Amino acid sequence: MSPVFLILALVTLLSAVAAISFRNLVHCSLSLVVTFAGLAGLYLQLHAQFVGFAQVLVYIGAVAILIVFAILLTRSADTPNHAVLAPGWLVGIAVAVVVFGALGLAILKSEAISKKVPAAPEATVKQIGDALMNQYVLPLEVIGLLLTAAMIGAVIIAMRDDKEAK
Amino acid sequence: MFDNITNWIDGLTAMQQFVLFSGVKIFAVFGVLMTCVAYAVWVERKVAAAIQDRVGPNRAGPFGLLQPACDGIKAFLKEDFTPDHVRKAYFWIAPAIALIPALLTVAVIPFGSNLGAQKMVIADLNVGILYTFGIVSLGVYGIVLAGYAANSKYPFIGGIRSSAQMVSYELAMGMSVIPLFLWVGDLNLSQLVISQQGFVGWLPDALGSVRLPNWLVFQSPMLALSFFIFLVAAFAETNRTPFDLPEAEQELAGGYNIEYSSIKFALFFMGEYAAMITASAMMVTLFFGGWTLPWFGLDQPATSIPGGLLHIGIFFVKVVAFVFTIVWVRWMWPRFRYDQLMDLGWRRFIPLALVNIVVTALWLWIRSRS
Repeated sequence: MSPVFLILALVTLLSAVAAISFRNLVHCSLSLVVTFAGLAGLYLQLHAQFVGFAQVLVYIGAVAILIVFAILLTRSADTPNHAVLAPGWLVGIAVAVVVFGALGLAILKSEAISKKVPAAPEATVKQIGDALMNQYVLPLEVIGLLLTAAMIGAVIIAMRDDKEAK
Repeated sequence: MFDNITNWIDGLTAMQQFVLFSGVKIFAVFGVLMTCVAYAVWVERKVAAAIQDRVGPNRAGPFGLLQPACDGIKAFLKEDFTPDHVRKAYFWIAPAIALIPALLTVAVIPFGSNLGAQKMVIADLNVGILYTFGIVSLGVYGIVLAGYAANSKYPFIGGIRSSAQMVSYELAMGMSVIPLFLWVGDLNLSQLVISQQGFVGWLPDALGSVRLPNWLVFQSPMLALSFFIFLVAAFAETNRTPFDLPEAEQELAGGYNIEYSSIKFALFFMGEYAAMITASAMMVTLFFGGWTLPWFGLDQPATSIPGGLLHIGIFFVKVVAFVFTIVWVRWMWPRFRYDQLMDLGWRRFIPLALVNIVVTALWLWIRSRS
């Protein structure tokens, strides 16, 4: 484990914990930005430049800023007084541990892990595009359809609000 | 003396040389950029004065040329006042976050061919353009944080306006360059410059010596449209008039930077001008041939030190021309209304950019089949 990886992992984990434990939602969303940046750093450290910068562009530049924007617009600065932890937090942690254990066990027992890792190929953007447009074109289209459905749903919810206001 | 230095450099390992030359390049580019930022302010004031039939700064030094230095010293020495009601941590961090993205973008821009064996670009990334858009999209955080940190009404509205505006135009900007990369087939900015050598092929031979450089903006109507969308989006991304709504003085008394003074205010100011210069550098690299000129063989990578310096000079002149245009527009055009801005971004430019992508792809497909 290189020191760079350790620092990035530490930053990512700490900011992720911060993102779920602050009372003020603005602090939470900005911690989330740091988490995204840490992930982008991890991708870059694995020489996955395309994924790394796509992470910066999409998650930090678009998704997170929309979250910050929405929080600022709706409930700007008021900090909620109730406890950060929901009442069933013990159960939540138990479920999380079980899921993590199951996933970890599945990964450790799978055949993929025993295979020797081949040297990472220098994946060009062209190869990524080829893979997306040929081999994985169906999953890509399905994801596109899903996101379109989600967007239409969001628009409909927003429109309904508008009518009630009138 | 000179031999000693060359010997010492030759004695270093490849890694040490890389670190040394990268360090030198970073400091040189940073120094030039910051000087340009200072003098862009001077140019802005002089151009504004000329357009409004005034004299402009003329007291400090000849033609007021020492004015930027005076402004800088003043900004550093002025009392750094922090109002009571602000959110301190964000208030401190926001000016830095506003300046950093504008500086980081320069890293991938090829500002010359080469000097000796060194390529004149700080980081020759394969996904250069993705890096640029990723970093540019961070610029909005400085302004949003400043608006939130100020904890008062006008800055807050400025911050909100800014985030909506920049997120909207980022889409149009990102989509406007896709035809460019479909056309060239490479995301590396150095390769993009190389693909703009020579003269365009579509002008009829009858014109003789009247020839257009093979810059991407001239290569096809689709790419010219790309440039047009990119130019407008660049105005919006850098918060320049006619899209300077985040700081509209008459409505918001300055917007997100109201509560700031001294060097913190200067950082926002420098960030805005640095963003303007990097946007100009991007436009030169993407659409106007970067460091190339098609005449006198200046479109080939330099083989000598003076040739390399000449390429840097060409790039610099092109960037200055764009900066001048951006300044010029500010003093000639009124500001858009906010609904006009949103309408233009979402209902005009984004569909136009999408159609442009489809048309370019179709054209390339037809061309590849014939």
